Amino acid sequence: MIGSPDVVAFTKEDEYGQANPDPWALPEEFSVPLHPLADSNPWAKTSYAKFTKDFILISEFSEQVGPQPLLTIPEDPKVCGTFDLNYFSLRIMSVDYQASFVGHPPGTGYPRLSFVEDSRVVLGDSKEGAFAYVHHLTLYDLEARGFVRPFCMAYVAADERKIMLQFQELSLRFSQASECLKAGNRRAFAKELRRKLQDLEYTHSVLQREEGLQREAGPQCMYSAHAVEKANELANVEKSIYEHRDLLRQISCYHRRPRRDPHAVTCQKCMTECLSECEELLDKYVKLANPFGYSKNEEEGQGQLDDEGGDEEADEEDDEGVKRKPSYTPQLIKAKSAKCFDKRLKTLQELCDETFYKATLELLKETERSFRGDLCYLHTCRLDKALRRKQRVANFLFEEDLGDDEDEVETLRPFCAVNHAIDSYILLNPPPIVLGPEPLELDVLEPPDPLDPASETSHTQESELGLGESHLESSPSDQTLETQESSEETKGSFSSDKSGLGQSEKQQSLTSMKSEAPDPDSDLTPDPDQNTDLERESSSEEMETTAGDDEGDSGGDQTPVSLLEVVSELQASKEDECGGGNDSDLLVPIDTACCMAQEGFLYEASAPDAMPCLLQSSHPQPSPTLVVNQEPQALLPLQDDYTVGSPCSESPATGLELPVGHLGDAVSRTSVEDGSDCTMSVSTGSDRAASPLGYGRVVTLCQRKKAGQGALRFVRQYPFAMQALWCLLSGRTLVVLGADEGRVRRLVAALALFVPAPGKCGERVQAWLSCPFTLTDLQRWKLIGLQRVASPVGSSMLYSLSRYSRYISILDADQKTLRCPPYRGQLLANIADHRTYVRRGSTYFLHIQSTLCHLAAKAFLFTFTHHLHLPVSSTEGPEVVEGRRRCFLQEQLGLGEEDSHILLYLSQLITQQYLQPAAGSSAAAPCFSFDYTTSVLYKI
Amino acid sequence: MLRWILGGREAQSSVEKSPVLCIGEEQPKNWFTELQVLKGHFDIVRFLVQIDDFRCASAGDDGLVLVWNVETGERLQELRGHSQQITAITTFTCSSEVTSHTSLITASSDRSLSLWDPDTGTRVQTISDLQSSVKCLLVLERLCLWVSGGEELCVWNRDFQLQCHRQHKQSDTGITALIELPKNSIGAAVDKEIVIYRLTVSDSSVSVAEIRCLSDHQDQIRALINVNDELFASGSHAGELILWDAIEWNILAYEHILWEESQASTQNAIRLGASKPSEMSIQHLTTNGKLILAAVGSGLYVYNVQTKAVVAYRKVAHDSNVLHTMLLSDSELMSCSEDGSVRIWEIQDLPLPAEPASAGFFGMWNFSRTNKQSGPPSKKVMDIPNIRMLELTGDLIGHSGAVQMFVSFKENGLVTCSTDHLLILWKNGERQSHLRSLALFRKLEEKGGL
Repeated sequence: MIGSPDVVAFTKEDEYGQANPDPWALPEEFSVPLHPLADSNPWAKTSYAKFTKDFILISEFSEQVGPQPLLTIPEDPKVCGTFDLNYFSLRIMSVDYQASFVGHPPGTGYPRLSFVEDSRVVLGDSKEGAFAYVHHLTLYDLEARGFVRPFCMAYVAADERKIMLQFQELSLRFSQASECLKAGNRRAFAKELRRKLQDLEYTHSVLQREEGLQREAGPQCMYSAHAVEKANELANVEKSIYEHRDLLRQISCYHRRPRRDPHAVTCQKCMTECLSECEELLDKYVKLANPFGYSKNEEEGQGQLDDEGGDEEADEEDDEGVKRKPSYTPQLIKAKSAKCFDKRLKTLQELCDETFYKATLELLKETERSFRGDLCYLHTCRLDKALRRKQRVANFLFEEDLGDDEDEVETLRPFCAVNHAIDSYILLNPPPIVLGPEPLELDVLEPPDPLDPASETSHTQESELGLGESHLESSPSDQTLETQESSEETKGSFSSDKSGLGQSEKQQSLTSMKSEAPDPDSDLTPDPDQNTDLERESSSEEMETTAGDDEGDSGGDQTPVSLLEVVSELQASKEDECGGGNDSDLLVPIDTACCMAQEGFLYEASAPDAMPCLLQSSHPQPSPTLVVNQEPQALLPLQDDYTVGSPCSESPATGLELPVGHLGDAVSRTSVEDGSDCTMSVSTGSDRAASPLGYGRVVTLCQRKKAGQGALRFVRQYPFAMQALWCLLSGRTLVVLGADEGRVRRLVAALALFVPAPGKCGERVQAWLSCPFTLTDLQRWKLIGLQRVASPVGSSMLYSLSRYSRYISILDADQKTLRCPPYRGQLLANIADHRTYVRRGSTYFLHIQSTLCHLAAKAFLFTFTHHLHLPVSSTEGPEVVEGRRRCFLQEQLGLGEEDSHILLYLSQLITQQYLQPAAGSSAAAPCFSFDYTTSVLYKI
Repeated sequence: MLRWILGGREAQSSVEKSPVLCIGEEQPKNWFTELQVLKGHFDIVRFLVQIDDFRCASAGDDGLVLVWNVETGERLQELRGHSQQITAITTFTCSSEVTSHTSLITASSDRSLSLWDPDTGTRVQTISDLQSSVKCLLVLERLCLWVSGGEELCVWNRDFQLQCHRQHKQSDTGITALIELPKNSIGAAVDKEIVIYRLTVSDSSVSVAEIRCLSDHQDQIRALINVNDELFASGSHAGELILWDAIEWNILAYEHILWEESQASTQNAIRLGASKPSEMSIQHLTTNGKLILAAVGSGLYVYNVQTKAVVAYRKVAHDSNVLHTMLLSDSELMSCSEDGSVRIWEIQDLPLPAEPASAGFFGMWNFSRTNKQSGPPSKKVMDIPNIRMLELTGDLIGHSGAVQMFVSFKENGLVTCSTDHLLILWKNGERQSHLRSLALFRKLEEKGGL
């Protein structure tokens, strides 16, 4: 099936080994592997690839010229270098993706649209040194063979492992992109169909008129060859109209199909809009669907104006007004379509709505950005994040606030093109299905729930159309899902003004409850069957034939065998769509039914036919159970999927999570560029009018990295750097005194890295202060840059310095002295070694980060260890506890007197932070702790 | 100390403190290792009163009365109503009901008196348009009455009904201090005199009568306190400390504290050279029944009531006038001053090679209760073995203005108020961190995990 010679084997290594994980083993995130890629040098891989960076390639299998590359992301031609895109496109598109049946399947009268799920495959070309995650998808094009155009999006990298290990994320992201494209494509397709139908209808009427004229001109019983030809043509057009109408119906049913694709997450709002558009079209072409009636009625109306015709015509004129939009004038369609090589195929941009196309590109660009860097980097980032997530309580100390919660949401949020992001965000924001043991996993599992999009859509649609329950009687294809939904609906009563949010929330919770029920075991113990299922899926065997699809469509897609049925079906659906609201529409069938011959026949036929429809709606009662049964299966392979390939296969959350950090990084980069190099700044309190340069903004990672350079310089330059760092870490306010603002600001920015709990915008740091400070300032700021001035102001400033000297340490930037309590500990020797071999700021930054993280973890342990703070038994006095605490600090953590100070301070911060929400009283002033120790003066 | 900061310039002499008093940064006995700054006032905070074990009220020149939770540092209530500065504040506990309830009585320069409920923050009673502003308040809990002193003496019941009042005659200053004396008597300090009033409480009415006027002080009386049931003490601007019998109103002891300038050491002539009366003015008196602590100028003076002798003294305890003092125990005391610091002292035995303080360091006259009219007082040489010394064990620096007053809540901490509009809550850091740990584990248990 896959033509490529080396399809990469896609196997899991030992996923069932962890079925019963050792309860005493450390979680993966805590045990950083010494050699994550022990077997190979990660940098060696790229050596023989002909491109420098990973890129995304979009190719098409054109029915005219075969596989061809369309575009790359990034678009820079340098990226691909000498890499032969054409050749590679051929490779990745040489999958016989269109094996599915197209055209007229046996037993049906009309061409069917194939609903093909995307396929994902990893392909490699060892000769080229290129490996690719390839995502195949099809888009609909009315002019294309079988109405489908195969495309593929490929993530091309030189590192095979990178792709294998990132498979899940790649798959998720590309699925989003694909869904986005397809949503736009459906819109465009529907629009195209409408245009085509208009053309056909126009052609039809023209032909009819010609035929009529001929008939009138010629003798009654004689059929000239010309007339026969005309009649054939007319029949052809009629057939074509039916075909296209059916296509339109099919495309509008698209969303009702249960999706097998676990990643097929679509934006609900887009879906809804698209749907309502389709419904509208369907609505409109019900009249068109009856071309005989239409034209003949007209003629007859002209011939004999009877009383009933009055209403009728008025109605039709209305319709005419609607459908003949001034924007588009129908064209006559030639009997024979052009040969396929004559016509110009639509570009991808034309195939999809412009907005959707752009959004997809954005999405892909973002994907490309987020996968930048080698696997080691991605891996560490992920570990870092997972670790941070576990350490929520102590994160505020040194980690910059990435807003982890947002990240998670972003991972789950189905991306939407047309700025529905916010809406859908709200819709999907409360997904957390709390499902027992592993909420994280389930968060991830939730969105692809194949039923959800459909159910939600139908609900939103309902509420938009204001149909309410009556919608349940809609066209048969709806029924399977709808009835299932309705059974849920009855559980939760709808309020009259249901906001989409609340409703969907409830919907989700219901679904979640439901999904919870049947398979509590199955998420935990996947059975081997699912494994095979998975492999089939992952090796891109997902080509569904339409025949297979029919089963999936659960009876809803019964192909209309006769014209009559089509009409009645459409009629029924139309009735439902309009509900009771549109009286005139309701009246039409009744009026015509009693007088008109042909039309009456049709409408009459529709009336009894509506009954089967209703019956049908009650008929698929077994189908809900079917659907429910499907659900766990739909979940299971998915869940298996997640355990595949990610480096931490036992914690899928880490493997799945998208490294949005890089994104944030990129954003920050721009903000740095326009900012000054004094990265730390502070929003000063409102009570301090004279506060200088208070522009608070979030300190970003990049700024911090940059500060790492400054910190390194500081450490190398000042032999007493260790003492200064100790002051900061043990909570003693450090005042950087200097005459030169730039120098002081730089120092402050560098030292700010060491301020525990600096606040989101560095509230605990004051980069530049030129007035005397008070005790409140000391309480608020842990690091202050102070201007040295030789003036009366200066003397009062010096006075405040001397007055509060017991609370502060003073770093004189001009004379290079430090006055602070003596520090003789060993803890900081590691990060404040002025003979350090670290040369690069970012390296040093990471070094600091790891040390500080280590400290924070210790402080966390210290804070939450019960027996270090409270007596174990009632007989113990406070001295025993005190002794135990000291013992813990000295013996177990190996900290000296001064080093203990750091830990005690950090612990105190953690305690305060932890207690803060409970206390809730913002009125209480913060505490300021200090101790009475002598200071000494350090000089260079 | 900060000469290095000044970059070689000559350190200003004013910054420099007396070497004895600079205890440095190492203060092992000082357990106030945590502080909270309480903001809320807009002007000088002059008064602090303790309401109960965990609440205190502060009042000052902005006319605001704020009620604070000392344990958490929260501001519980804000009592607004006075348009001008508060001149006196006291608690009024009504225990006539089953549960005793503490209210606050405030007097202000806007010539009004108010009764507040500190629980709800409401003004329960108020009297305005008094003839003059009230300068001091005295609650007679036994009688369920309270007395306000100013240019006139008024007696009120707990419903804020005036029972009786008495105009003081030659009153320039009016009544500056009031104390309760046995036998329904009241002592009032009026300029240089102490006037004794007696309250007569009948069924329905209360009357007040002046029964005695003690005019032994040479100068304005600055402080008047009850020492115990038998004694009360008064101190004057000229440094006279008189111990009175509370029943007979006789002088039991008379001390004239005179810091002698001639002995002034070589260190700072300017400072001690001026013989301003404020140098020896008794600003504040406090007692624990056995000892009297007098704030004399910028010095401290501890007097033993039983032995009628000086226990310890320090002439320069602060850089500026001492405003408020407190005896924490028999050996520990605390003082605050205009220099913005609070200092903690310990009465220690003098090391054997005694302080070079000579007997003439301050003069002392002992009077018998009869011979007060007699001629020049005889100078007695102090016996050095009895003298102990005041050792500075810690200081609290935080306020940037004069510390007006402080209230101690024992182990819960200490509240200080200052002219810099702030209150500072000083606490034992270790104890607080222990309490926080307790709270943390409690919360952990409530939440059932992190």
